[in-house]
Amino acid sequence: MTPPRLRLPENRKVRAGLAVLALFVAVALFGPYVVEGLLGLSPSDIHTTDAMQGPSGTHPLGTTATGEDVLAQVVAGARISLLVGLVAGTVTTVLSVLVGVTGGYLGGRTDSLLTAITNVSLVIPGMPLLIIIASYAQGRGGWLAVALIIGLTAWPWGARQKRAQTLSLRHRDFVTAAEMTGESRWGVITREIVPSLAPIISVSFLGAVVGSMFADAGLSFIGLGNINTTSWGSMLYWAQNGSALSRGAWWWFVPPGACIALVGLAAGLVNFGMDEISNPRMRRPGRRARRLAAAAAQGARGTARPATTNPHPRTNP
Amino acid sequence: MTAVTTTTAPVVAKTGRRVGLGPARYFLRRLGFYAVATWVALTLNFLIPRLMPGDPASALVMQMQQKQALSSEQVAGIYRLFGKPGEPLWDQYATYVGQVLHFDFGISVAYYPTPVWEVIRTGLPWTIGLVGLTAVLAFVLGTAAGVVCGSRVGSRFDSIATPAAMFLGSLPYFWVALLLLMAFGAQLGWLPLGGGYDGDLVPSFNGPFLASVVSHGILPALTVVLSSVGGWLVGMRNMMVTTVSEDYVLLARAKGLSKGRVMFQYAARNAVLPSVAGFALTIGTVVSGQLLVEIVFAYPGVGYLLYQAVTNVDYPLMQALFLNVSLSVLAANFLADSVYGLIDPRARETRS
Repeated sequence: MTPPRLRLPENRKVRAGLAVLALFVAVALFGPYVVEGLLGLSPSDIHTTDAMQGPSGTHPLGTTATGEDVLAQVVAGARISLLVGLVAGTVTTVLSVLVGVTGGYLGGRTDSLLTAITNVSLVIPGMPLLIIIASYAQGRGGWLAVALIIGLTAWPWGARQKRAQTLSLRHRDFVTAAEMTGESRWGVITREIVPSLAPIISVSFLGAVVGSMFADAGLSFIGLGNINTTSWGSMLYWAQNGSALSRGAWWWFVPPGACIALVGLAAGLVNFGMDEISNPRMRRPGRRARRLAAAAAQGARGTARPATTNPHPRTNP
Repeated sequence: MTAVTTTTAPVVAKTGRRVGLGPARYFLRRLGFYAVATWVALTLNFLIPRLMPGDPASALVMQMQQKQALSSEQVAGIYRLFGKPGEPLWDQYATYVGQVLHFDFGISVAYYPTPVWEVIRTGLPWTIGLVGLTAVLAFVLGTAAGVVCGSRVGSRFDSIATPAAMFLGSLPYFWVALLLLMAFGAQLGWLPLGGGYDGDLVPSFNGPFLASVVSHGILPALTVVLSSVGGWLVGMRNMMVTTVSEDYVLLARAKGLSKGRVMFQYAARNAVLPSVAGFALTIGTVVSGQLLVEIVFAYPGVGYLLYQAVTNVDYPLMQALFLNVSLSVLAANFLADSVYGLIDPRARETRS
């Protein structure tokens, strides 16, 4: 197989989603320097004189109950939140590919066993399991431990999907050809099947990253995980505990949640766009196609009914 | 490592033979699966605390004592639940299974001196009621909207509802809860700020109490429905898109049947099957999300109890909650699976 080429899909949703994600990665990488260097704001400096203040010139997103700057915290939190998401997403994806593809390709008893394990793990609710493991970990190992715990509990969904995809590839000619040339089973999996699944794996990786960020935020929100490291989840925890809600301090809990939501939305856009690419029926026909269809419908009118294959003959005159 | 070269032989058998099971055998198979899943949940609940390095019971006692004073009775209870140092794991497991069978989960620390099972029993109805209501509501609303969107891709409704659903689906549950609480509870003051019912009322089946239960439930329910409706909409829409181009739908249209009839009675009936099949698996996700929502609203269900257990380092309560939530989800899954097996004969088909 030739190494996969990197090129951006034409789809607008995919591009918009990727752009938002790239923006957040940039904020996580360089944001703290910009905020500290240019604006002189630090996530941990305490300004007791203007604690719990709304957005203002000195503090663009206001301050917390202890007087920390919310903007600086959001920017600093991006780093930990994305890091946890990336590590946990990687663990999830690697495990799900290993279990799903191996089961789907090998078949037989191995597959039955792996499928059984996957299905059992799938029906045991994730959040309670995560909470119970994290509460025994007691913050040992920091963000890395949290990321690993999330990764180890989140793989079954992906494994199921990848097994189904592998089954559909299992008897394609290129797989059979590789087997004929004496490729080992591990070789077929790593050199033939996994590269063919690359688009699906990358989309599900994105989903896993976002899912892990949600899980991390949820864990921090109830006070598990790393509430003393600044992340979007721990900000929400302190906002909830500092009764930001009853004191009307929306600037404290809206920004971190909005960031999580934006990342989720971006991943959703990419996912949706990829669906449109792989299944043209999902998308709204292009302008040219719509014009042609309208013309065809005009021509067909008067015979019986408008052409049924054309779902919307008269959109956008 | 078995049979390296016989890769093609089982293939024919695999794709060629499909076995349809009768409802009874399908039911038994699912029962077997859920029995295994129950055992796994039970054993995980046993093993997780014991995976801690050293002697877990003593470590837990020490950690809990930092937070509050423990009576000697409580300490004894913790050793009974998490194993005495040096006791073989098998003996501990036997004791543990015996305790679970007798609903003996020890004494709660957060709600001392109430037994853990009593504490959980007060929370379960709230959570089950809310999850049951919201899961079904979200499914019905999302699926119906998905039919409308999928039957005309690119229509005005589709181009508003689908992105909106995606947007709502990508928001964290508990953050939506915070926003709704701020808007309708704190700012507008239309709905109560938290709890399951008005604290001044005595729980009973009378008008004012039920009304207060409803008014306290609106925001939590709305949160869960808003956050989970999008998944159903998008899933149903995508299935509809595939189904409407099937020949039998074309035939129904050609017969001159009304549009609504073709969409809802012909296309949607088949397109909905994957959603119904997926319903069982989403119960766990909805419960997971709701646990956090309950914390925001201080709703007296198991999620709020779990939060109390975590903040008060109440390990007996935490353990028992995990077990009870898992087993309830498994039971709900089994129910949903059984219903699906009855309505779709293809679900009973297994490839062997």
